[in-house]
Amino acid sequence: MSGPSLPHIVLVVAVLATVPLLTVSPVVLNFLVVALLIALVGQGWNVLAGYGGQYSFGHAAFFGTGAYVSAILQMRYGLNAWIAFALGIAGGASVGAAIGALAFRCGLKGSYFALVTLAFAEVLRILASVAPITGAGVGILIALDLRPQAFQFQSRAPLYWIVLALVAIALLIVRLIERSRFGAWLVAVRENEDAARAVGVDTARVKIAAMTISAAITAAGGGFYAQYFLFIDSGIAYGPWISIEALLAPIVGGIGTVFGPLLGALAVKTLGEIAKLVTGGAPGLDLVIYGSVLILVVAFAPQGIAGLLTQLHSRLTRLRSSLPERARG
Amino acid sequence: MLSPVILVPAILNGLLTGAVYGLIALGLTLIYGVLHIINFAHGALLTAAMFAAFFAHRVLGLDPYVAAVMLTPLFFALGYCLQRLVIGPAAHGEDRNVLLVTLGLAVVIENLLLYAFGADTRTVNLDYAFKVVDLGIAFLAVPRVVGFGVVLAVALALWLVLSLTDTGKAIRAVAKEKLGAELSGIDVTHIYAITFALGTACLAIAACLLIPTYYVNPHIGNAFVLVAFTIVVLGGMGSVTGALIGGFVIGVVESLCGLYLGESLGQIGIFVIFILVLLLRPSGLLGERA
Amino acid sequence: MAEPLLRVERVCKAFGGLLAVENASLAVEVGRITALIGPNGAGKTTLFAIISGFLAPSEGRIFYRGADITGMPPHLLARRGIVRTFQIVQPFAGLTVHENIAIGAHLSRRSRAEALDAAADVARAVGLGDVLERPAGSLTVAARKRLELARALATDPELLLLDEVLGGLNPSEIAATVPIIRCLAGRGVTIVMIEHVMQAVISLAEEVFVLAEGRVIAQGTPQAVVGNPRVVEAYLGHGAAARLSALGAMHV
Repeated sequence: MSGPSLPHIVLVVAVLATVPLLTVSPVVLNFLVVALLIALVGQGWNVLAGYGGQYSFGHAAFFGTGAYVSAILQMRYGLNAWIAFALGIAGGASVGAAIGALAFRCGLKGSYFALVTLAFAEVLRILASVAPITGAGVGILIALDLRPQAFQFQSRAPLYWIVLALVAIALLIVRLIERSRFGAWLVAVRENEDAARAVGVDTARVKIAAMTISAAITAAGGGFYAQYFLFIDSGIAYGPWISIEALLAPIVGGIGTVFGPLLGALAVKTLGEIAKLVTGGAPGLDLVIYGSVLILVVAFAPQGIAGLLTQLHSRLTRLRSSLPERARG
Repeated sequence: MLSPVILVPAILNGLLTGAVYGLIALGLTLIYGVLHIINFAHGALLTAAMFAAFFAHRVLGLDPYVAAVMLTPLFFALGYCLQRLVIGPAAHGEDRNVLLVTLGLAVVIENLLLYAFGADTRTVNLDYAFKVVDLGIAFLAVPRVVGFGVVLAVALALWLVLSLTDTGKAIRAVAKEKLGAELSGIDVTHIYAITFALGTACLAIAACLLIPTYYVNPHIGNAFVLVAFTIVVLGGMGSVTGALIGGFVIGVVESLCGLYLGESLGQIGIFVIFILVLLLRPSGLLGERA
Repeated sequence: MAEPLLRVERVCKAFGGLLAVENASLAVEVGRITALIGPNGAGKTTLFAIISGFLAPSEGRIFYRGADITGMPPHLLARRGIVRTFQIVQPFAGLTVHENIAIGAHLSRRSRAEALDAAADVARAVGLGDVLERPAGSLTVAARKRLELARALATDPELLLLDEVLGGLNPSEIAATVPIIRCLAGRGVTIVMIEHVMQAVISLAEEVFVLAEGRVIAQGTPQAVVGNPRVVEAYLGHGAAARLSALGAMHV
């Protein structure tokens, strides 16, 4: 696999980092923060599904755990917000490891795996909607405390840079995976589990590890969500909406690629904004569009935007190399 | 707490509700048994059918049982088109893609309903909805009794179709051995679409049976379909008998749990059963090996 | 006599009511090429699946280097040096030839660069050097068989289980593959091969086991086994040995 090089990633991140220096429009910044958040969550899904071939329909389980652990530790136990954030990631990773251990040691794959992840996410949602510690139906409000120590800021720009940093870390993690033995094993599991086993790959272990990493990245998104919006409830934290956006971004952008989730998140969110402009923003419309996009991408462009770009690139290369010498000048 | 006066009605009512659960599960298991796909859009389609039944009553003044006569062929056609024109072509035959396409459909349908009709909960008011049949030891709501009877009739009709008609035999052939069926001249694409259509037709009937006693909102289908999924994994993926028996079992379990545990914990209970069965024996108690 | 590398002791495998393998016992000497032959459905691939850990036997034990490996999972056996190829080739279809072989190389190499280098060497050794960057799914059957072999080789196996590695190849492809197998044995790799191509069995194998209806019905040198009437009957049907000898065809 020849993914993007380190300079590529640094360049993209650097360009994105300049945005708050070029504009102070809250609309633009908010749009980009949300898009980057979805890119982060989607990158988590991408590790397990794009590289590992295991399609989870319940990534909300990790997003919500990251959000709730972080919020609960801050509000009910007075822990420092940053520490709470880190523990939220740990919490989400643990949930990922647990669900992965159960599902993969029982040999679940394909639709059965998707179903069980869906079920776990729903169980967590229902539990969160009735348990006192998560605020039950009311949810949790994170108290306003606009200081950096409390992971809150006076302006949007620092939060933008933080989520960008998280996205950058995720990009680097995925790139690292792509170039490592673990990554080779992971795609082997995706392509053919029996063949992988026959050459020494511990497929269950690999899948569980991938799920843990995937859950950690997604949980980071959840924790960040809590700090950015300062309110979560069971529907937000564990709701189907985030499970769907987590898979839509990588599929649209290019499943199994480093930049796929980022491309996809930007594309999908832009589409959502256009739809809102055109139709006035009635509830449900954005998801209708997302669902349709999902079907269309799977039907016509299964490799996503990244795939289309690669095809374009190779077509252009072939075109250039087929031109006679003098025309190329 | 365990007196027959409380238990017997709970069990009977559980059986009645379970019948309709079984019908929903029947559609799901039929689709799985033949197409080998898990139809993630089942819940959304049920919701759509319930909205259709609701509006048939509101706008056309049709009693749900009468509306069923109109809606069943309509949803049959809808299911046929969905499989033939959307799911089949979009998936290019790959399992992973089918998952995503049916999920996409679910999202589209559910949110179209949300967009078109809003999130409000609506109910249909029928004078016979509250009438009861007095069995001495229990009072049973008329719609539930009717529902029970209809489900048995539908199950019988389906059994007859599958055993006696050419199409039914073709369906069973494709379920058993797709390649062989194809080589024998069976149009598998058509059979797939017919089977999916049967599944959605079951949903239309189930919707009409549920409308007198349940409310309608864009998310209602999911609650029922979760139960249907649990029944299908319990009774066996692809087993028609399993779906019906499982329906009765789950109906009774839910009724008893609701009695002692309350609604939320009852729901979690069903999920837990679902997860456990998936983990321990995903092919179900009566089903084919996954 | 030295302890055989692989010892299969009275292994049985039942699938429901069907007994696919019945009391099969065999011993494989280190460094030798052993062939497992028999008519279709005899249980040869099932036996391979059991030896390589993909199936657990209903009864019986398997010993490797004297240690009981019965029921150990495939990936642990691979790490011990037992690697199998599949009768129906199982490539990593979406990956390139190079990446496919590298997965095998990663068994004993952590670094991606090292694995890729080793993979390239193996590819050249089996004649796949010029299709390294092609997706495995786009290869011909013969090339895929070779890829399957290469991937197994990249793991530096001690015991290589080849399941019909010559199946579906034309005579010149067979002629190209046989020396590779011979060379492997020369380097010390112990090979057990399921094969239907008799000329290859006769020219390569030092010991042959014949499986029919799940049972080992004969063992010995290729010449001895081929002339064995029971073996002929297993392939050609009851009474065939008598008919053939009547025709004067039974001489080797």
